[in-house]
Amino acid sequence: MNQLRGKAWKFGDDIDTDAIIPARYLNTSDPQELAAHCMEDADPSFAGKVQPGDIIVAGKNFGCGSSREHAPIAIKAAGISCVIAASFARIFYRNAFNIGLPIFESPEAAAKIREGDEVMVDVESGTITNLTRREQYRATPVPPFMQEIIAAGGLINYVARRLKG
Amino acid sequence: MPMTITEKILAAHAGLDRVEPGQLINVRVDLALGNDITAPVAIREFQRIGVEKVFDRERVVLVPDHFVPNKDIKSAEQAKILRDFARQQQLTHYYEVGRMGIEHCLLPEEGLVGPGDVVIGADSHTCTYGALGAFATGVGSTDLAAAMALGELWLKVPESIKFIYYGELQPWVGGKDLILYTIGQIGVDGALYRAMEFTGPAISALSMDGRLTMANMAVEAGAKNGIVPPDEITLNYVRGRAKRPYRVYQSDPDARYAAVYEFDVSKLEPQVAFPHLPSNVRPVSEAGHVEIQQVVIGSCTNGRLEDLRLAARVLQGKKVHPDVRLIIIPGTQEIYRTALKEGLVEIFIEAGAAVSTPTCGPCLGGHMGILAAGERCLATTNRNFVGRMGHPESEVYLCNPAVAAASAILGRIAAPQEVL
Ligand code: SF4
Repeated sequence: MNQLRGKAWKFGDDIDTDAIIPARYLNTSDPQELAAHCMEDADPSFAGKVQPGDIIVAGKNFGCGSSREHAPIAIKAAGISCVIAASFARIFYRNAFNIGLPIFESPEAAAKIREGDEVMVDVESGTITNLTRREQYRATPVPPFMQEIIAAGGLINYVARRLKG
Repeated sequence: MPMTITEKILAAHAGLDRVEPGQLINVRVDLALGNDITAPVAIREFQRIGVEKVFDRERVVLVPDHFVPNKDIKSAEQAKILRDFARQQQLTHYYEVGRMGIEHCLLPEEGLVGPGDVVIGADSHTCTYGALGAFATGVGSTDLAAAMALGELWLKVPESIKFIYYGELQPWVGGKDLILYTIGQIGVDGALYRAMEFTGPAISALSMDGRLTMANMAVEAGAKNGIVPPDEITLNYVRGRAKRPYRVYQSDPDARYAAVYEFDVSKLEPQVAFPHLPSNVRPVSEAGHVEIQQVVIGSCTNGRLEDLRLAARVLQGKKVHPDVRLIIIPGTQEIYRTALKEGLVEIFIEAGAAVSTPTCGPCLGGHMGILAAGERCLATTNRNFVGRMGHPESEVYLCNPAVAAASAILGRIAAPQEVL
């Protein structure tokens, strides 16, 4: 599955993890329960309207704030295929790779994609195609080590494999 | 090749002579921490790896502090996962209600962190321990699971930014004001992926509690870690406390920095961060007339003894405004006990405040002081995001403990001088 395709949902700068999944729902870690409140404090109707495959497109510093892995888990369980942002907060960046949520850093894509645009992403090359506007953008390449984590299906599988040696 | 303190600690833990910013390395972890929100996910992932035991039962620390004493059945189930795992793995450092504290107040106090350590925690404010001259950073639950199994973690060596603070601080100005001012200057992603190194005469004069407050909020500028080079104050603090040997590192004089900021803080006023970002900072004299319904003094940012002493000095013999709820939460049992002995708790209760057992509670909108729609809270915590302390239409303002106490008395954001 090297191509991701879906409709873009736009968000601004500094979307924090409290907006992605508010702490009032953190007394559980069940992905489906978390998904039902995904992005709730940024857009209360989000969980109800998002379709499988859809893409979140945001400004800079996406996922800032707490270390809660519940944030990428909620996004993934809500059916979002990937997140494109101008930049990511560092813990969110790690967490997304570790749990296998594809994310792409591209200030250009973040600026040019509009809400509702049909977007296609080639995971390996990091090429982002805006089908609605017939534009292409490039994402920052992912370091090879992190590609290995993705290829293994997340950090846990990677570690398990390493331990089996 | 010259290195910064952060680079030296990372090189030593990666078994390398030197490291450079941008380099991906595997580091040995001295301590791995989880709490009642992040550890249940980490434990689930740990069990998927297929190892029986954690890498070292003395180096995995579990602190249920966010939703304890448990606020509902679900959070009780979460905390029980930690308790069961701690028992099964025979962890030395598991802290139960009544003997615990907010993790980032507790670990330094217990001597579990020392200069030169690498500490990772599944909590973003793990960066607090940088105040002791350690490399400490927040990670997610899956990273914690991997570290619990391997005793190692992959990291990218961060570039460092050096902050030099000159001048003597005004009365009622402390670590919280320095860090709020700094975030106001550089923004909430001003140190993204980088190390913040806090130096200069004003830092040398700052107490350990003040330094812990500063390093605590490095993540609010997007930083990977905050660090204060160890000095006499550091060594006085860790002597007699440290449970493991430690090692002092210093940055080389010609170490390379991505940026150097110099601030004259001799005229700095207490700072207040307005909703909804910690960078939205103003001096308290420019706050205007902002009425508040709740004040919270506590959290891993400002729930330490020095913070409570400051609040007590302002509250002594005064009454909390009739329209305000003042909630005071000592960071650990030890802080609580000392505050009792020193008569601080009595001052708080006489003033009309509620004093709670240690917990994160309202800081993350968990329990013990949730805001209704339209309510405003002034807090000594570290985040004022939308909905952080309750309803998405409530507001959180951030400040130091003295400003919080004065404002609780007047019912609006106020400088300590206004009540003294
Ligand atoms: S006091 Fe607040 S910021 Fe600190 S660990 Fe608890 S919830 Fe997080």
